[in-house]
Amino acid sequence: MSLSFVNLFYLLSAVLFIGGIKSLTHPRTAVRGNLMAAVGMLVAVVVTLLDQSILSYAWILAGALIGSVVGVLMATRIQMTAMPQMVALLNGFGGGASLAVAVASFLAINGPVAASGVIGMLAVGLTVLIGAITLTGSAVAFGKLQELLPGRAIGFKGITLFNGVMMVVALSIIAALTAGQGGTGLLLLLITIALVLGVTLVIPIGGADMPVVIALLNSYSGIAAAAAGFIMGNTVLIVSGALVGASGIILTRIMCVAMNRSLTGVLFGSISEEGGEQMDAD
Amino acid sequence: MDILIMQISLFVLAVILGIELITKVPATLHTPLMSGSNAISGITLVGALLAAGSGDANSLWVSTLGMVAVALATINVVGGFLVTNRMLQMFSRRR
Repeated sequence: MSLSFVNLFYLLSAVLFIGGIKSLTHPRTAVRGNLMAAVGMLVAVVVTLLDQSILSYAWILAGALIGSVVGVLMATRIQMTAMPQMVALLNGFGGGASLAVAVASFLAINGPVAASGVIGMLAVGLTVLIGAITLTGSAVAFGKLQELLPGRAIGFKGITLFNGVMMVVALSIIAALTAGQGGTGLLLLLITIALVLGVTLVIPIGGADMPVVIALLNSYSGIAAAAAGFIMGNTVLIVSGALVGASGIILTRIMCVAMNRSLTGVLFGSISEEGGEQMDAD
Repeated sequence: MDILIMQISLFVLAVILGIELITKVPATLHTPLMSGSNAISGITLVGALLAAGSGDANSLWVSTLGMVAVALATINVVGGFLVTNRMLQMFSRRR
């Protein structure tokens, strides 16, 4: 299929996502909204599979088979009471997927996903950073809600300073990569730092505040997808990622207001424990 | 450069749309909406498919990472939409 046809179908799936999110905000249309979004995803996937730049289907088939089986099993086996942590876990997988795509783009020399130029490298760095934070941050959120980790705030003195320094180092590495000075070693260092940051940003937040954190991490995984879109110049990734990223921030704010929390508090991982008792998790 | 400007325009417009899209959401729909938009963020599956299928002869890493990404993103997408549907079914039964 030619590129302009592919992009037209990408537009269709973006429209379906917009309609889906809109419908999900009203009780009467919510089921239809979810269905619309799922159809949008199907359109995007089918059209991508018909893209002429895809040369081999073996790896795709293997990945899709594993993913479908695990996804269906997880979604049907989970208890209804465990939904928030389920969303956290799924969201972490999404972040991990963006991370893997970015690393693949970094390593690819040519082909449809190869990152090139300043913008490509900047996008790789940002996708790696946000994707990895989403991956481990969501894992910690899952662990807290599933009571694999203690629900209370865990931390050490100066954890905020530690996070700040780590973030500065991560951004410096991204700057170096963007300037074309980084090799695979530097990318691995960035991945490690970002994976650690995901843990240290979420672990000081108490279990009662986790729904807000999950909403925020959901927004992050959208931004990671959009950044991945900039690596390979893919419009459906850019548009859908930006949609989820922006609407996720707004939803986070709405949930903060509903639960009497400050958005900046969640953003910088410093929610106080006081008054965390009287909330209900939805 | 022109293409980049177009992409940035798309990004900015989509951000504004995303902000405007969510206004009043009843509290019972917070989790389903979060879960549904989480499934949409699995759109990174498209990038994963392109990486896994690129048939990059230079490196097995690209294909392997692509496959891992396809698996993770598929869990996100399939699980996400199914879980959201289950949640919403529960609400409609209750009403």
